[in-house]
Amino acid sequence: MKYVVLVMLVFLCLAGATAAKEAQPNEDPKIEQRMKALTEQLRCLVCQNETLADSRADLAEDLRREIREQIKAGKNDQEIIAFLTARYGDFVLYNPPVKRTTYLLWFGPFILLIAGTGVLYRYLKHRRELISDEPLTADQRQRAEEILRGESG
Amino acid sequence: MNKLLLIPLVLFIALVAFLLVGLNRDPHEVPSPLINLPAPDFTLSQLREPNKTFSPKEMRGKVWVLNFWGTWCVACREEHPLLLEYSKTGAVPIYGVDYKDDREVALQMLNQEGDPYVLSVSDPEGRTSIDYGVYGAPESYLIDRDGVIRFKQIGPITREVWQKEFLPRAKQLSQ
Repeated sequence: MKYVVLVMLVFLCLAGATAAKEAQPNEDPKIEQRMKALTEQLRCLVCQNETLADSRADLAEDLRREIREQIKAGKNDQEIIAFLTARYGDFVLYNPPVKRTTYLLWFGPFILLIAGTGVLYRYLKHRRELISDEPLTADQRQRAEEILRGESG
Repeated sequence: MNKLLLIPLVLFIALVAFLLVGLNRDPHEVPSPLINLPAPDFTLSQLREPNKTFSPKEMRGKVWVLNFWGTWCVACREEHPLLLEYSKTGAVPIYGVDYKDDREVALQMLNQEGDPYVLSVSDPEGRTSIDYGVYGAPESYLIDRDGVIRFKQIGPITREVWQKEFLPRAKQLSQ
Protein backbone atom coordinates (compact mmCIF):
# COMPACT_ATOMS: atom_id res chain seq x y z
CA MET A 1 0.00 0.00 0.00
CA LYS A 2 2.75 2.41 0.97
CA TYR A 3 4.50 1.62 -2.27
CA VAL A 4 1.41 2.34 -4.28
CA VAL A 5 1.21 5.78 -2.71
CA LEU A 6 4.91 6.27 -3.26
CA VAL A 7 4.76 5.31 -6.92
CA MET A 8 1.74 7.54 -7.28
CA LEU A 9 3.61 10.47 -5.80
CA VAL A 10 6.54 9.90 -8.11
CA PHE A 11 4.19 9.95 -11.07
CA LEU A 12 2.53 13.04 -9.71
CA CYS A 13 5.92 14.75 -9.65
CA LEU A 14 6.68 13.62 -13.19
CA ALA A 15 3.24 14.55 -14.44
CA GLY A 16 3.78 18.04 -13.06
CA ALA A 17 7.05 18.25 -14.95
CA THR A 18 5.46 17.53 -18.30
CA ALA A 19 2.57 19.87 -17.72
CA ALA A 20 4.84 22.88 -17.27
CA LYS A 21 2.12 25.43 -17.06
CA GLU A 22 4.51 27.40 -14.97
CA ALA A 23 5.50 30.39 -17.10
CA GLN A 24 4.07 33.54 -15.59
CA PRO A 25 5.41 36.23 -17.88
CA ASN A 26 2.84 38.78 -16.81
CA GLU A 27 3.78 38.72 -13.17
CA ASP A 28 5.53 41.60 -11.47
CA PRO A 29 9.25 40.64 -11.32
CA LYS A 30 9.56 42.10 -7.81
CA ILE A 31 6.81 39.84 -6.52
CA GLU A 32 8.29 36.88 -8.37
CA GLN A 33 11.67 37.56 -6.80
CA ARG A 34 10.24 37.75 -3.30
CA MET A 35 8.18 34.65 -3.90
CA LYS A 36 11.24 32.79 -5.17
CA ALA A 37 13.35 33.82 -2.17
CA LEU A 38 10.59 32.68 0.15
CA THR A 39 9.78 29.40 -1.55
CA GLU A 40 13.44 28.42 -1.68
CA GLN A 41 13.32 28.00 2.10
CA LEU A 42 10.21 25.86 1.94
CA ARG A 43 9.75 22.18 1.29
CA CYS A 44 7.31 20.80 -1.23
CA LEU A 45 5.29 18.13 0.56
CA VAL A 46 4.68 16.09 -2.56
CA CYS A 47 8.31 15.77 -3.64
CA GLN A 48 9.88 16.12 -0.25
CA ASN A 49 13.43 16.70 -1.36
CA GLU A 50 12.51 19.61 -3.54
CA THR A 51 11.93 23.18 -2.53
CA LEU A 52 8.61 24.79 -3.19
CA ALA A 53 10.45 27.04 -5.63
CA ASP A 54 11.75 24.17 -7.75
CA SER A 55 8.94 21.67 -7.53
CA ARG A 56 6.69 21.13 -10.51
CA ALA A 57 4.06 19.28 -8.51
CA ASP A 58 0.53 20.59 -8.77
CA LEU A 59 0.38 21.39 -5.09
CA ALA A 60 3.59 23.42 -5.30
CA GLU A 61 2.09 25.41 -8.13
CA ASP A 62 -1.03 26.09 -6.11
CA LEU A 63 1.01 27.11 -3.11
CA ARG A 64 3.13 29.46 -5.21
CA ARG A 65 -0.09 30.99 -6.50
CA GLU A 66 -1.28 31.36 -2.91
CA ILE A 67 2.00 32.98 -1.84
CA ARG A 68 1.95 35.30 -4.84
CA GLU A 69 -1.53 36.44 -3.90
CA GLN A 70 -0.58 36.96 -0.29
CA ILE A 71 2.44 39.05 -1.30
CA LYS A 72 0.14 41.16 -3.46
CA ALA A 73 -2.20 41.51 -0.50
CA GLY A 74 0.67 43.04 1.44
CA LYS A 75 1.45 40.19 3.83
CA ASN A 76 5.00 39.97 5.14
CA ASP A 77 7.19 36.88 5.00
CA GLN A 78 6.47 35.86 8.59
CA GLU A 79 2.75 35.97 7.99
CA ILE A 80 3.07 33.84 4.87
CA ILE A 81 5.26 31.30 6.61
CA ALA A 82 2.79 31.22 9.52
CA PHE A 83 0.00 30.56 7.00
CA LEU A 84 1.88 27.55 5.65
CA THR A 85 3.02 26.08 8.96
CA ALA A 86 -0.53 26.37 10.34
CA ARG A 87 -1.61 24.04 7.55
CA TYR A 88 1.33 21.78 6.86
CA GLY A 89 3.35 21.97 10.08
CA ASP A 90 6.99 22.85 10.64
CA PHE A 91 7.87 20.14 8.16
CA VAL A 92 7.57 22.66 5.33
CA LEU A 93 10.47 24.65 6.77
CA TYR A 94 13.95 23.67 5.68
CA ASN A 95 15.14 25.71 8.64
CA PRO A 96 13.23 24.24 11.57
CA PRO A 97 12.47 26.48 14.56
CA VAL A 98 14.11 25.85 17.94
CA LYS A 99 11.43 24.44 20.21
CA ARG A 100 10.97 21.57 22.59
CA THR A 101 10.41 18.92 19.92
CA THR A 102 13.45 20.06 17.96
CA TYR A 103 15.92 20.43 20.87
CA LEU A 104 17.45 17.06 20.05
CA LEU A 105 17.84 18.09 16.43
CA TRP A 106 19.48 21.39 17.26
CA PHE A 107 21.56 20.47 20.28
CA GLY A 108 22.08 16.74 19.71
CA PRO A 109 25.23 17.22 17.61
CA PHE A 110 26.79 19.44 20.29
CA ILE A 111 25.94 16.94 23.00
CA LEU A 112 27.56 14.22 20.90
CA LEU A 113 30.62 16.43 20.35
CA ILE A 114 31.00 17.13 24.08
CA ALA A 115 30.43 13.48 24.97
CA GLY A 116 32.91 12.40 22.31
CA THR A 117 35.53 14.86 23.55
CA GLY A 118 34.99 13.57 27.09
CA VAL A 119 35.43 9.95 26.02
CA LEU A 120 38.55 10.81 24.01
CA TYR A 121 40.02 12.76 26.92
CA ARG A 122 39.41 9.92 29.35
CA TYR A 123 40.80 7.37 26.93
CA LEU A 124 43.98 9.36 26.31
CA LYS A 125 44.45 9.95 30.02
CA HIS A 126 43.92 6.28 30.74
CA ARG A 127 46.40 5.31 28.05
CA ARG A 128 49.03 7.68 29.39
CA GLU A 129 48.60 6.07 32.80
CA LEU A 130 49.12 2.66 31.21
CA ILE A 131 52.40 3.68 29.62
CA SER A 132 53.58 5.21 32.86
CA ASP A 133 57.19 4.37 33.69
CA GLU A 134 57.76 0.91 34.95
CA PRO A 135 61.50 0.59 35.48
CA LEU A 136 63.11 -2.62 34.26
CA THR A 137 64.44 -5.03 36.77
CA ALA A 138 68.18 -5.63 36.78
CA ASP A 139 67.72 -8.94 34.92
CA GLN A 140 65.55 -7.38 32.22
CA ARG A 141 68.00 -4.52 31.78
CA GLN A 142 70.89 -6.91 31.30
CA ARG A 143 68.93 -8.95 28.76
CA ALA A 144 67.94 -5.84 26.90
CA GLU A 145 71.55 -4.78 26.66
CA GLU A 146 72.53 -8.21 25.32
CA ILE A 147 69.82 -8.01 22.67
CA LEU A 148 70.94 -4.57 21.64
CA ARG A 149 74.51 -5.75 21.31
CA GLY A 150 73.26 -8.61 19.18
CA GLU A 151 74.51 -11.27 21.54
CA SER A 152 71.22 -12.90 22.25
CA GLY A 153 70.40 -16.57 21.67
CA MET B 1 38.66 -3.21 29.35
CA ASN B 2 36.25 -5.83 28.07
CA LYS B 3 33.39 -3.59 29.04
CA LEU B 4 34.82 -0.87 26.81
CA LEU B 5 34.73 -3.28 23.91
CA LEU B 6 31.00 -3.64 24.39
CA ILE B 7 30.39 0.06 23.71
CA PRO B 8 30.62 -0.18 19.90
CA LEU B 9 28.31 -3.18 20.00
CA VAL B 10 25.75 -1.30 22.07
CA LEU B 11 26.02 1.71 19.76
CA PHE B 12 25.61 -0.55 16.76
CA ILE B 13 22.49 -2.15 18.21
CA ALA B 14 21.07 1.29 18.99
CA LEU B 15 21.76 2.37 15.40
CA VAL B 16 20.07 -0.73 14.02
CA ALA B 17 17.07 -0.06 16.25
CA PHE B 18 16.80 3.51 14.93
CA LEU B 19 17.08 2.29 11.35
CA LEU B 20 14.45 -0.39 11.89
CA VAL B 21 11.99 2.14 13.26
CA GLY B 22 12.89 4.55 10.48
CA LEU B 23 12.38 1.96 7.75
CA ASN B 24 8.91 1.15 8.98
CA ARG B 25 7.82 4.73 8.96
CA ASP B 26 6.33 6.38 5.95
CA PRO B 27 8.22 9.62 5.33
CA HIS B 28 5.25 10.90 3.38
CA GLU B 29 3.09 10.92 6.46
CA VAL B 30 3.64 14.30 7.96
CA PRO B 31 1.79 14.89 11.25
CA SER B 32 -0.91 17.47 10.73
CA PRO B 33 -0.87 20.57 12.92
CA LEU B 34 -4.66 20.70 12.57
CA ILE B 35 -5.41 17.79 14.89
CA ASN B 36 -7.55 18.97 17.81
CA LEU B 37 -8.12 22.31 16.12
CA PRO B 38 -11.37 23.53 14.58
CA ALA B 39 -11.87 22.32 11.02
CA PRO B 40 -11.27 25.25 8.64
CA ASP B 41 -14.52 26.73 7.42
CA PHE B 42 -15.52 26.91 3.77
CA THR B 43 -18.55 27.39 1.63
CA LEU B 44 -18.30 25.47 -1.63
CA SER B 45 -20.72 24.61 -4.34
CA GLN B 46 -22.13 21.10 -4.27
CA LEU B 47 -21.01 18.67 -6.92
CA ARG B 48 -24.46 17.41 -7.87
CA GLU B 49 -26.34 20.64 -7.40
CA PRO B 50 -23.95 23.48 -8.25
CA ASN B 51 -26.31 26.23 -7.13
CA LYS B 52 -26.45 24.80 -3.63
CA THR B 53 -23.56 25.19 -1.24
CA PHE B 54 -22.26 23.27 1.73
CA SER B 55 -20.35 24.45 4.76
CA PRO B 56 -18.92 22.40 7.66
CA LYS B 57 -20.94 24.65 10.00
CA GLU B 58 -24.03 22.72 8.95
CA MET B 59 -22.52 19.63 10.55
CA ARG B 60 -22.41 20.97 14.11
CA GLY B 61 -23.65 18.34 16.51
CA LYS B 62 -22.63 15.46 14.28
CA VAL B 63 -19.56 13.30 14.03
CA TRP B 64 -18.58 13.01 10.39
CA VAL B 65 -15.81 12.29 7.93
CA LEU B 66 -14.55 14.73 5.32
CA ASN B 67 -12.78 12.94 2.50
CA PHE B 68 -10.68 14.75 -0.12
CA TRP B 69 -10.72 12.89 -3.41
CA GLY B 70 -10.42 13.35 -7.16
CA THR B 71 -10.95 11.28 -10.27
CA TRP B 72 -7.30 11.91 -11.20
CA CYS B 73 -6.15 10.28 -8.00
CA VAL B 74 -5.32 6.59 -8.34
CA ALA B 75 -5.28 5.87 -4.62
CA CYS B 76 -8.75 7.41 -4.29
CA ARG B 77 -10.07 4.81 -6.71
CA GLU B 78 -8.50 2.15 -4.60
CA GLU B 79 -10.26 3.55 -1.54
CA HIS B 80 -13.58 4.05 -3.29
CA PRO B 81 -15.12 0.55 -2.87
CA LEU B 82 -14.32 0.57 0.84
CA LEU B 83 -15.93 3.97 1.29
CA LEU B 84 -18.99 2.65 -0.51
CA GLU B 85 -19.14 -0.30 1.83
CA TYR B 86 -18.74 1.88 4.94
CA SER B 87 -21.25 4.46 3.79
CA LYS B 88 -23.85 1.69 3.58
CA THR B 89 -23.34 0.76 7.23
CA GLY B 90 -24.35 4.32 8.15
CA ALA B 91 -21.85 4.37 11.03
CA VAL B 92 -20.36 7.74 10.14
CA PRO B 93 -21.61 10.06 7.40
CA ILE B 94 -18.93 10.67 4.77
CA TYR B 95 -18.78 13.98 2.93
CA GLY B 96 -16.49 14.52 -0.01
CA VAL B 97 -14.41 17.36 -1.37
CA ASP B 98 -13.77 16.78 -5.05
CA TYR B 99 -10.37 18.32 -5.26
CA LYS B 100 -8.93 19.94 -8.40
CA ASP B 101 -11.26 18.02 -10.63
CA ASP B 102 -13.64 18.39 -13.49
CA ARG B 103 -17.26 18.37 -12.33
CA GLU B 104 -18.56 16.34 -15.27
CA VAL B 105 -15.87 13.68 -15.01
CA ALA B 106 -16.38 13.43 -11.25
CA LEU B 107 -20.14 13.01 -11.59
CA GLN B 108 -19.69 10.43 -14.28
CA MET B 109 -17.39 8.41 -12.06
CA LEU B 110 -19.76 8.60 -9.08
CA ASN B 111 -22.69 7.56 -11.23
CA GLN B 112 -20.81 4.63 -12.68
CA GLU B 113 -19.06 3.31 -9.62
CA GLY B 114 -21.40 4.40 -6.86
CA ASP B 115 -21.45 7.41 -4.60
CA PRO B 116 -20.35 6.87 -1.01
CA TYR B 117 -20.84 10.52 -0.07
CA VAL B 118 -23.84 12.14 1.57
CA LEU B 119 -22.75 14.93 -0.70
CA SER B 120 -19.59 16.17 -2.33
CA VAL B 121 -18.49 19.72 -2.89
CA SER B 122 -16.25 20.93 -5.65
CA ASP B 123 -12.91 22.60 -4.92
CA PRO B 124 -11.59 23.19 -8.44
CA GLU B 125 -8.69 25.42 -7.42
CA GLY B 126 -7.71 23.46 -4.36
CA ARG B 127 -7.98 26.42 -1.98
CA THR B 128 -10.01 24.62 0.65
CA SER B 129 -7.63 21.70 0.32
CA ILE B 130 -4.74 24.03 1.11
CA ASP B 131 -6.63 25.25 4.19
CA TYR B 132 -6.90 21.64 5.32
CA GLY B 133 -3.24 20.98 4.63
CA VAL B 134 -4.00 18.34 2.01
CA TYR B 135 -0.91 17.31 0.06
CA GLY B 136 -1.60 13.79 -1.11
CA ALA B 137 -5.13 12.75 -1.90
CA PRO B 138 -7.00 10.91 -0.60
CA GLU B 139 -6.99 12.44 2.84
CA SER B 140 -9.77 11.99 5.38
CA TYR B 141 -10.60 13.98 8.47
CA LEU B 142 -12.73 12.80 11.36
CA ILE B 143 -14.57 15.83 12.72
CA ASP B 144 -16.42 15.88 16.04
CA ARG B 145 -19.67 17.53 17.14
CA ASP B 146 -17.96 20.82 17.91
CA GLY B 147 -16.34 20.95 14.50
CA VAL B 148 -12.90 19.92 15.81
CA ILE B 149 -10.64 17.66 13.75
CA ARG B 150 -9.89 14.53 15.78
CA PHE B 151 -8.05 12.33 13.34
CA LYS B 152 -6.50 12.59 9.93
CA GLN B 153 -5.72 9.78 7.55
CA ILE B 154 -3.20 10.57 4.85
CA GLY B 155 -3.55 8.23 1.89
CA PRO B 156 -6.35 5.74 1.34
CA ILE B 157 -8.43 4.46 4.23
CA THR B 158 -7.82 0.75 4.61
CA ARG B 159 -9.94 -1.78 6.46
CA GLU B 160 -7.49 -1.69 9.31
CA VAL B 161 -7.52 2.10 9.56
CA TRP B 162 -11.31 2.20 9.45
CA GLN B 163 -11.72 -0.46 12.15
CA LYS B 164 -8.94 0.72 14.41
CA GLU B 165 -8.91 4.48 14.00
CA PHE B 166 -12.15 5.83 12.60
CA LEU B 167 -14.85 3.60 14.12
CA PRO B 168 -13.68 3.56 17.76
CA ARG B 169 -13.09 7.32 17.74
CA ALA B 170 -16.40 8.04 16.06
CA LYS B 171 -18.18 5.87 18.61
CA GLN B 172 -16.48 7.57 21.51
CA LEU B 173 -17.10 11.05 20.13
CA SER B 174 -20.76 10.31 19.52
CA GLN B 175 -21.42 9.40 23.13
